[in-house]
Amino acid sequence: MNWFKYAAPQRFYALSGRLVPWFAAAGVLFTVVGLVIGLGIAPTDAQQGDSYRIIFIHVPAAWMSMFVYLIMAFWAGIGLMFNARLASTLAIALAPTGAWMTFIALWTGALWGRPTWGTWWVWDARLTSELILLFLYIGYMALHAAIEDPRRADRASALLALVGVVNVPIIYFSVKWWNTLHQGASVSLSKAPTIATTMLVGMLVMSLAFWMYCIAVALMRTRTLLLDRERHTAWARQAVHQGLGAK
Amino acid sequence: MMNLYWSSWSEFLAMGGYGLYVWGSFGVTAVVLLAEVLALRARHRNLLRDAHDNPEIERSEHET
Repeated sequence: MNWFKYAAPQRFYALSGRLVPWFAAAGVLFTVVGLVIGLGIAPTDAQQGDSYRIIFIHVPAAWMSMFVYLIMAFWAGIGLMFNARLASTLAIALAPTGAWMTFIALWTGALWGRPTWGTWWVWDARLTSELILLFLYIGYMALHAAIEDPRRADRASALLALVGVVNVPIIYFSVKWWNTLHQGASVSLSKAPTIATTMLVGMLVMSLAFWMYCIAVALMRTRTLLLDRERHTAWARQAVHQGLGAK
Repeated sequence: MMNLYWSSWSEFLAMGGYGLYVWGSFGVTAVVLLAEVLALRARHRNLLRDAHDNPEIERSEHET
């Protein structure tokens, strides 16, 4: 099987069109299972009471806010190095989803911080670097939107995305490097998790749900952007024709 | 077999007194995720119609 053939926009458009429903279905399934475990089965926390249940979306969203940025910067870099249209389109398609993940992490963090720390917000290292991540996403999208020619926009915004990568390890290690109000990692590869098994399972299932959601939505947006950029070409006209016929 | 932690709906909704924070988190997240999907679907449909009706246009003005 030759994977490179999917680097052609028309191949990718067709393949991703078939994949989106599967990722969406998996996302719905993991969400239902994760919510039943997280909100229904998992016992309350001895210290934090039921406010801790925010963890089941806060941690997956915070993970995704960082993962999506790294994947976005990776594709932006590939697009820059190899002048690859599809890679650049994938990068810009990931940005709004990453920005929403960052917003959700900050929002749920505020709603968790209020009952737990007594404050919605503090300017500590973890929270501030996560807010900078949101500004990086917005800056990347704004820069891309400000440049008329799409290929030039891809190249300029790719540089911004790559420079911004330095913020991701700062977010991740901020709780180790600085004294912060934010607790340390709940799950780590080097030591046993600090939370109960049911809680851990619920959080991992919800993380899978967020992964599936982000993949499905990023593929959907990539398809729309590809079709828009290539709407004058023969394959896109055929895809438009087929897309309207299916309705 | 695992059992549900809650014994009643009202207990579930109250979330041990943290209902505002828990449902404020889950509710806003649900709205954001659903809105993103619905907006993307609408945008794709609009693009299909626009590309069909205006084949001479090379690309939408606001791409992202």
